[in-house]
Amino acid sequence: MRCEDLATLLPGLVDGSARADRRTARHVDSCLRCQAELVQYRKLLRTLHTLRTEVLEPAPGLLTDIFTRLEAAGEQSAVRSMLRGRRVAYVGALAAATAAAGAAGAIVLVTRNRRVRLAG
Amino acid sequence: MSDDLAGLVAAAKSGDREAFDGVVRATYTGAYTLAYRLTGNEEDARDVVQEAYLRAWKGIGRFRGDAAFTTWLYRITANCAATQLTRRARHRHDELDDEVDMTDTRPEIDPEARADISLLRRRLEDALSELPPRLRTVVVLRDVYDLPHEAIAAELGISEAAAKVRLHRARRRLRETMFPGRAADRGEDAHAV
Repeated sequence: MRCEDLATLLPGLVDGSARADRRTARHVDSCLRCQAELVQYRKLLRTLHTLRTEVLEPAPGLLTDIFTRLEAAGEQSAVRSMLRGRRVAYVGALAAATAAAGAAGAIVLVTRNRRVRLAG
Repeated sequence: MSDDLAGLVAAAKSGDREAFDGVVRATYTGAYTLAYRLTGNEEDARDVVQEAYLRAWKGIGRFRGDAAFTTWLYRITANCAATQLTRRARHRHDELDDEVDMTDTRPEIDPEARADISLLRRRLEDALSELPPRLRTVVVLRDVYDLPHEAIAAELGISEAAAKVRLHRARRRLRETMFPGRAADRGEDAHAV
């Protein structure tokens, strides 16, 4: 087994996100170069972990921008909800008007039929 | 999660906007830091954070509390950053802000070790900025923010196996950039055992 065969495996071996078979493990145990590389990966992971506690300070104004965005979205949502409400009312009114017109038409027809029958 | 934050989150879940403003105040620098690390520039980071809080407010009713609130928020932030990076297909090479304080203030660390860590951090920051965004996202979420592979895969819309492949590639590229001599050795002097 050659060191270069392990190049893609070592970055996962360092934290157990990749598994080594027996042959690979034997190679790593006896290879100073691969062990040195593992040490570098451990250093890399430790340094990456230290970034976790570091907080970057944003330029002033971000908090205001976030609140403005939330506010704007809230207003849009309220307008949308109002329009939805109006649409429902409009459709309802239209349906009621259609129903009323239908009923009126039916009454006119029935009345006309009666008059025709009485005249006959 | 601190009791204060937990209380604010609980109130925000029931629709209290002022409580959510408190949540934002308590967490926005952390979210910004993550967004900056993922996007590599301030302008995108600011957009990502605003979008992330908007989505968080809309979806806070779905936060079940089985993970820390910040973990939930970071997943949303990562998702927004991925969207932003996809939108901005152009490649960026923005330099990191030189004024960012990289010193380690923990007193238990001796000056020599502190200098060593400081140097490694600077190298790491440079190496991270050179990574393609798709690799940087995975390594930052996994190795800096400790998100599980499964969560990373879900937020990026890739398989867990693909997330691991990207992670290992990212680590390899970072190591090669931070310790360049050793990478050259491997290519030239690989030996059989």
